[in-house]
Amino acid sequence: MSGTEARTLNVAVLYPELLNLYGDRGNARALERRCAARGIDATVSGIDIGDDWSPEDTDIVLVGGGQDREQRRVQADLERRGDDLRQYVNDDGVVLAVCGGFQLFGHHYRGWDGEIMEGIGIFDAVAAHPGPQVARCVGNVVVLWEGETVVGFENHGGRTYLNDGQEPFADVVSGFGNNGGDGLEGAKVKNAFGTYLHGAVLPKNPRLADRLLALAIARRHGPDAAELAPLDDGAALRAHAEALHTALSGKESALGRRFA
Amino acid sequence: MRALGSGGTALPGLVVERLDANAAGRLAQRLSATALITGTNGKTTTAAMLARILRVDGRAVIHNSSGSNLMRGVTASLVAAASPLGTLPAGCTAVLETDEAALPAIARAAPPSVAVFTNLMRDQLDRYGEIDSIALRWADALKGFPENATIALNVDDPLIASLASGWSGKCLRFGIEDPNVPPAPEGEIVDAVWDPVTRDDFRYSRRYFAQLGRWYTDSGAQRPTPEIAAEQIAKGDQSMQFVLHLPEGSTSINLPAEGLYSVYNALAAASAASVLGVPGETIRDGLQQHKAAFGRQEELTVEGRRIRILLGKNPSGMNQALRTLQQPGERHHLLVLLNDGIADGTDVSWIWDVDWESQADHCASLTVGGRRAADMALRLEYAGFPAPKTPVSNDIGHALRQALDAIPKSEQLVILPTYTAMLDVRQRLGRMGASRLWDVA
Repeated sequence: MSGTEARTLNVAVLYPELLNLYGDRGNARALERRCAARGIDATVSGIDIGDDWSPEDTDIVLVGGGQDREQRRVQADLERRGDDLRQYVNDDGVVLAVCGGFQLFGHHYRGWDGEIMEGIGIFDAVAAHPGPQVARCVGNVVVLWEGETVVGFENHGGRTYLNDGQEPFADVVSGFGNNGGDGLEGAKVKNAFGTYLHGAVLPKNPRLADRLLALAIARRHGPDAAELAPLDDGAALRAHAEALHTALSGKESALGRRFA
Repeated sequence: MRALGSGGTALPGLVVERLDANAAGRLAQRLSATALITGTNGKTTTAAMLARILRVDGRAVIHNSSGSNLMRGVTASLVAAASPLGTLPAGCTAVLETDEAALPAIARAAPPSVAVFTNLMRDQLDRYGEIDSIALRWADALKGFPENATIALNVDDPLIASLASGWSGKCLRFGIEDPNVPPAPEGEIVDAVWDPVTRDDFRYSRRYFAQLGRWYTDSGAQRPTPEIAAEQIAKGDQSMQFVLHLPEGSTSINLPAEGLYSVYNALAAASAASVLGVPGETIRDGLQQHKAAFGRQEELTVEGRRIRILLGKNPSGMNQALRTLQQPGERHHLLVLLNDGIADGTDVSWIWDVDWESQADHCASLTVGGRRAADMALRLEYAGFPAPKTPVSNDIGHALRQALDAIPKSEQLVILPTYTAMLDVRQRLGRMGASRLWDVA
């Protein structure tokens, strides 16, 4: 850790008013709180349609889920920011894109009515909704990420398919993941993570939250500054264990369904 | 009296439905009038208020009073009221709380004389899907309504107000007409809503809660003036006072229920009653005799302790329940119960959309229980609540016992449960001899 130099972090939440489904604001709260507990000065700002955004000043980009209608609404504005966001990711900028936001960070998303929404192509992936007659992917989900469990809830009509060479975020243990077929969940490019997991995902998965923070701090303040003091995560780990139990023992466990 | 605490009453309906798919439709032909009440929040309480008004008016009422609001619950209510020969007595009015998604089917079986739409909010996305799909179902249902039906719309909700454009029959509008209603707190999360036709954003000169308020759009649309309105709203002691403006004149109401959402429920009930020809003074009397529906602002006494149950099923419902607990200086002993059953929504992420932060200073002590107690405890830790005195418990009975033991006998316990947690805790309280029996009337 680099002596007394104050560590600062800027978190930009894209479209907090429109893509705020499923408690995704909990993700910003988790980062804020874990920073505050360690004396890191974190600033969270919302970027709405038409707002200025400065990639140089940003350390973590959060983008959440929305219904199809909200995804449509932000699509043009996001496309306009495509070059900036691709450059930001290329420069090792940290991203967590959840659900609808994850889909729009791929090449495109074909909605339930067949209409194509162009994405910004950060992930080499395409998403498609199989139509209103096909059941959505809904339920508790457990994935394995770097040998550890990450828990959350998924509720998506769209199915995401990764192109060859695109690394997933994690492997599905229980649940649907990207498409309910290939056992893959999410996508990862450099420091950009895409996932269908909400819940919100970061409060109950403190290791993932700390990874995002460490990557962002290392990028801004150097790798020596990225050490993070351990926190009392009792409540978070109890919620993690409870979610694991719910996903793996519940009647609705998708594990049974996948192999049925 | 039915067994205390047994909230679910759809089983007979399920059996009859299997045997006779058109049972509800056949029975409903004998009804003299039918009121359907639908929307995300307020259905049960609005239906209870309307049933009481109609009874005060001397009418025979059939009412699915325990929240059984799917087709089979409606069938069960009609079957329960039928004679041994399988027909309903002549001249009954049905008051049917109707699940948002079940409206088309229920309206086909029991064609409404009046259909009340309370509000349309984010709720159980795992079950209902997106808000738009409910709006589409409703637009579809309207096409099947009898021509002489009246629809009663909460015009403070722009998504409800816009239903008028799809209906050529009679329409009665209700809403709040009081410039002094305070605006929604900053922390409240709200669905972005826009005009489904023009795609204009709905904007607000004042927003009360969720997307309810005085709205307008940049292309000149605005909230219509309601024919039935609440004016001069004031908070009383566990009550709301207001002037109820009806087409025939105004009357002062002292409603024994708290919160602005209770005023909306009263307006919804008054609108349906007005359509059904109930005079204003009877509407007033009925509303003033309102008794809390099962688990909704219900007060009980157990072991000498006062208990108050405030059901919260979704972010806007829970926010409204919390706002009744946030008087300056007020602090409560809270038992928060989070379940993730099908009827609660299996996705508990909605707790992050509730403004618990504003409740933290109004919490004297905290106990957490239910199948997702640990998830709830984590959320409340984030919101700045005092740490729970005892470890969280997935067992509601255990959590209830701990909560009761943790507080002095002279103090009240406030229980904030999700739907199935409410049924569970209510049943346990019943077995413990809760003194206020479930109101099946």
